[in-house]
Amino acid sequence: MSLTDTEGHIAQEPDYLGAGHSVRSWLLTTDHKRIGILYLVTLVFFFLVGGAAATAVRLELATPPGDLVSPDTYNRLFTLHGVIMVWFFLVPAVPSTLGNFLLPLAIGARDMAFPKLNLASWYINLAGGMLALAALLLGGVDTGWTFYTPYSSLYSNSYVTLAALGVFVAGFSTIATGLNFIVTVHTQRCEGLTWMRLPLFVWALYATSVVIVLATPALAIALMMVVLERVFGLGLFDPAQGGDPILFQHIFWFYSHPAVYIMILPGFGVVSEVLTCFSRRKIFGYEAMVFAILGISIFGFFVWGHHMFVSGQSATASLVFSLLSFLIAIPSAIKVFNWSATLYGGHITFEASMLYALGFVGLFTLGGLTGLFLASVPIDVHVHDTYFVVAHFHYIMVGGMVSAFFAGLHFWWPKISGRMYSELWARLAALLMFVGFNFTFFPQFILGYMGMPRRYHSYPPEFEMWNVLSSAGAVILAVAYLMPFVYFGVSVLRGPRAGDNPWQARGLEWQTASPPPRENFGRLPTVTGGPYDYHAQGEEPHAREGDVTFPGRSDSERR
Amino acid sequence: MIWSIAPEQASTQAEAFDRIFAMMTGFSLFVVALVGALIFVFSLLFRAKRGTPRRSVKALQNRQIEVFWTAVTAFFAIFFFWYTSTASLDAIEAPAGAMEYHVEAKQWMWKTRHPSGARELNAMHVPVGRPVTVFLNSQDVIHSFYVPAFRIKQDVVPGRTSTVWFEATKPGTYRLFCAEFCGTDHAKMTGRVVAMAPGDYARWLETRAEGETLAATGARLFVSAGCAGCHEEGSDVHAPSLAGLFGREIPLADGRQVTADADYLRDSILLPGRDIAAGYEPIMPNFSGMLEDGEVEALVAYIRTLSEEEASR
Ligand code: HEM
Ligand SMILES: [Cu+2]
Ligand SMILES: [Cu+2]
Repeated sequence: MSLTDTEGHIAQEPDYLGAGHSVRSWLLTTDHKRIGILYLVTLVFFFLVGGAAATAVRLELATPPGDLVSPDTYNRLFTLHGVIMVWFFLVPAVPSTLGNFLLPLAIGARDMAFPKLNLASWYINLAGGMLALAALLLGGVDTGWTFYTPYSSLYSNSYVTLAALGVFVAGFSTIATGLNFIVTVHTQRCEGLTWMRLPLFVWALYATSVVIVLATPALAIALMMVVLERVFGLGLFDPAQGGDPILFQHIFWFYSHPAVYIMILPGFGVVSEVLTCFSRRKIFGYEAMVFAILGISIFGFFVWGHHMFVSGQSATASLVFSLLSFLIAIPSAIKVFNWSATLYGGHITFEASMLYALGFVGLFTLGGLTGLFLASVPIDVHVHDTYFVVAHFHYIMVGGMVSAFFAGLHFWWPKISGRMYSELWARLAALLMFVGFNFTFFPQFILGYMGMPRRYHSYPPEFEMWNVLSSAGAVILAVAYLMPFVYFGVSVLRGPRAGDNPWQARGLEWQTASPPPRENFGRLPTVTGGPYDYHAQGEEPHAREGDVTFPGRSDSERR
Repeated sequence: MIWSIAPEQASTQAEAFDRIFAMMTGFSLFVVALVGALIFVFSLLFRAKRGTPRRSVKALQNRQIEVFWTAVTAFFAIFFFWYTSTASLDAIEAPAGAMEYHVEAKQWMWKTRHPSGARELNAMHVPVGRPVTVFLNSQDVIHSFYVPAFRIKQDVVPGRTSTVWFEATKPGTYRLFCAEFCGTDHAKMTGRVVAMAPGDYARWLETRAEGETLAATGARLFVSAGCAGCHEEGSDVHAPSLAGLFGREIPLADGRQVTADADYLRDSILLPGRDIAAGYEPIMPNFSGMLEDGEVEALVAYIRTLSEEEASR
């Protein structure tokens, strides 16, 4: 359904970007695409804030003594980094930006089920973010992103209440988005799009939304309890009043373990779309992939105790949580193998988003395997609360999730902006990010194994070398993260027109103009087969037509 | 700069740990290599630039393959669970006759008390080859007692007594860290554990001024704080005798049954209204405002010795 003229320009009613240029037309929009862009703007802002804090942390750790900032400042820096990155970057990253933009397009709908709620959730997110930032500007929070009691509730002299309220408020935004996604997937699918024909990206967003709606209230309760104890001295966690400090950990991890899947599941979806498109293959084992996603989201609710092996929980409880944590690795492993097998027999090209997606598979594998170390009780006893854990979750959340986010951003950028970017620079950034990432975080596994505790402002000299390496890697990583700002900026200003479907991808979102019109589609599409029909059953995949050598580089410098 | 890559291995647990860790690392390297090789080889073989027609390629949409690798991963998951848990089960209980060390954690220091009563700040002295149980209490927030060379870690939670044990195998001085974030000087809340050959240890012990043991402090407190007034034999208040209490099953007034462990004793002193022993009136006063930090632990230690005397009688 190409609505472009011979030169590839859109010859049609204004697209969503052209449908009003006033600030008001953006701030009061109910168009899911514009809301996605609004989220992208705030997301980038929070990413920069969180990244700046991380830079300061790595600078401090470049030398053993705590010489750059005071201990209290250091504690505020890593807390700021964690709070912002977890709740204001990772959780909303894919769902609220790419998900918002693409979900209706990918299921052949004109908008979300509740467009106004969608806009409201952006404002709620913003309000939460502002509260958290206010806590930061007033003097910061020093509890770590985990807000452990009784430190947070009785001892910390920082703006815990304000920050907790910020996260609490932002939680409502994610819940609203989650509900919206669930209802949208249930009610807005176009004709012929049955459940088992949904792209995995949609499945992943759906599963994420369910987890969000079920888990986030637990976080709200945990934070509310902290605030009540701080403000009214309620004694829920204060042993002197008969409270139990460990209770907080149970409630917090009942949310926060599922939350790690809130952060990674959307990445699974993105990577499945990208890998299939650039290897011109059907996804290997579609059903297994769907059930793995659902399995992970359900079993993710029963493993929280693996964060508490040394907190004093009973040995029996630890063993049960250990077993369940080992079992949850099975669906994750299935996904990794299925992604690898998808490449088999393909016609693979290595565009930037494909590089990110391949990097994702590798880094996620390493992150998941180290999860097995942590799931076994005796090993966790040693490496719990050391840099090993820090490395583990960065492999999954930065190596995995952030790679997936970039894979998706590069993949759908032509759809979102209508323009191409420099493939050469993009691929360079992807490679640099991979190298810089491993350089930064692999040494932290060794530090953790050697016994360096996390959240240390200064450290003994035997840890120096690996910390220096890690800080050096962070420089590379920072450069790699800044590169996309340049080439995406150039792309917006003078990138060549992308055309409707530059990658010749098969998803419904590619069957409309780039950028899509306000109503997404002229006539709504009808679906007659499964997703990823890059080749007929049993047949070999078609190569992508035209230049296999990267559009957007050779002939792209002209407009 | 120091080029070290592994922590010292200085306890019995460390040996078991290193075996498991090495095995898991080997397995992980294998899986990473496998996935890496799959991606690399497929990327090379099936890259579009190569342009070879691939009619010969068999379709891979194969249930058997999926069942195969699901079964293989399930096997490894359960195998590793079994393999690692047996090691952790072995390490739960300290062997009988372990030496008892008491450690109080507070922002940002470790106050230790040797079984002989000798007190130190941020340091412990133990003999090699003898199991040591550490009784841990916190006076404020959660801390975590972590000795990397021994591969042991235990959170120190306020309001309860946690224990952890180790047996040093190699003389040396090892770092003690606080591993749970506890505020401003968390990174400075470090100390050392000195493990000594038996001869050296005996010499060290002689040079120490014998302090009062924790139980002796407790015995003194038992009288001065007024516990004895009700709990001493021959008192005319109807209160249970505490001899032989520790470790027994106690029926409660509300029908429950609890074991009189350290946490129970602690709660009985600080929150006497919570668990009332069957057959007694809830008349015991609340001591939480009267006892100073550390005094509760002393009383608990004293009550434990009462049971030991009972048993040896
Ligand atoms: C193969 C699956 C996984 C297993 C078996 C696993 C296991 C574990 C375990 C046992 C811990 C606790 C370590 C400790 O505190 O001592 C942990 C920590 C963590 N994991 Fe995973 N994990 C897996 C996948 C993931 C995924 C997919 C994510 C995120 C997207 C993730 C994010 C985290 C985070 C954020 C923490 C640390 C929380 C903190 O202490 O701040 N993990 N993981
Ligand atoms: Cu978890
Ligand atoms: Cu501490």
